[in-house]
Amino acid sequence: MADELKGWDRNQMAERAAQELEDGMYVNLGIGIPTLVANYVGDKDITLQSENGMLGMGPFPYEGDEDPDLINAGKQTITEVPRTAYFDSATSFGMIRGGKIAAAILGAMEVSEKGDLANWMIPGKLVKGMGGAMDLVAGVGRVIVVMDHTNKHGESKVLKECTLPLTGKGVVDMIITNLGVLEVGRKGLHIVECAPGISHDEIRAATEATVV
Amino acid sequence: MKKVFANATEALDGLLHDGMLIAAGGFGLCGIPELLIEAIRESGVKNISVASNNAGVDDFGLGRLLETRQISKMISSYVGENAEFMRQYLSGELELEFNPQGTLAERMRAGGCGIPGFYTKTGVGTVIAEGKDHKDFDGQTYILERGIVADLAIVKAWKADTTGNAIFRKTARNFNPPAAMCGRVCVMEVEEIVEPGALDPDAIHLPGIYVHRLIQGDHEKRIEQRTLRKREEA
Repeated sequence: MADELKGWDRNQMAERAAQELEDGMYVNLGIGIPTLVANYVGDKDITLQSENGMLGMGPFPYEGDEDPDLINAGKQTITEVPRTAYFDSATSFGMIRGGKIAAAILGAMEVSEKGDLANWMIPGKLVKGMGGAMDLVAGVGRVIVVMDHTNKHGESKVLKECTLPLTGKGVVDMIITNLGVLEVGRKGLHIVECAPGISHDEIRAATEATVV
Repeated sequence: MKKVFANATEALDGLLHDGMLIAAGGFGLCGIPELLIEAIRESGVKNISVASNNAGVDDFGLGRLLETRQISKMISSYVGENAEFMRQYLSGELELEFNPQGTLAERMRAGGCGIPGFYTKTGVGTVIAEGKDHKDFDGQTYILERGIVADLAIVKAWKADTTGNAIFRKTARNFNPPAAMCGRVCVMEVEEIVEPGALDPDAIHLPGIYVHRLIQGDHEKRIEQRTLRKREEA
């Protein structure tokens, strides 16, 4: 039945994730749904970091304004904003490792009930590399994962133990899926919120991990 | 001592040898030393190891040296954009050492600063930590990572004066300063060389002490992913 549950779509998940951000935060957004979070910060004063060396990341440029010297960590052309600052990669990861970035919102393949995160490799498949993901999850104040609750086979991506190689151990604080919001606690996961039309029991049924 | 050379081939004269370690600046195709890469290709130097965040694309950047099989090992954080790289790696022709991006940047910075190793939380509990020294500080576990000192650093800046004081532009700075710092010798290519005094001393990103040789040239500056936003209808 789990695969028939709908809940939030991609944009609604991003909108829910944006609610976790507070005024004045410096935030790093991953590729995919996390990128959409920028569309829902509203009036909050949020500064986006791009780990290739930029604070204050603006939207994509208009045609003709693209600049090969101005890209984000996904190698996409972007723009600067009035508060933008540039720096080198060592400084960029200094602020990440040093805990200066308040939150990172990123996608995942698997998350465990202990907050372990797997999002960089599938053994036997093409491995592209971890990029800055291991540094981010080890260093930032709060790690929020945004992903579908189940994989394409309908199996839970929220597990007792991750089966894939880890990106970080005990690093995830919150999981936002199409079914709802889960917080990683000491004894397991807590349901913070259910998506409209989704019940606590439906989340439990779709989750392999311990939900307390 | 004169640092300015006529072109990339002359600037690399006497610096290349088979089996060497080269640190390269750049992120994706942004801020890469494209002229020096081309001159390394022409030199025919073989069996080189390259520390660089990425490996270029098939026909540009470090991909040009993969095409000619001059690279035997890459130390990188992300190599997803290069089909020839993947072919060589999967067939066992090319060795690959994945480093988390921040660890790679700090390994370069540390190597250039006389720091042979440092402890970091990044990678603890993952395959990256296997075989590395673990140590607890203030109740948290860290792993030991080594500084990198490269035989040669190749980097790209926007402007430099003839003594090598350099300024980068926007996100093209990226790995260039740490890569420059970790080279026993650093060769830099720039879009414009100016006379000493023409750059504001307070605006220098990389002091010339890190730069040994310098060239000016025309850069293609290829865009890897052109993403655009639509203009609002009037």
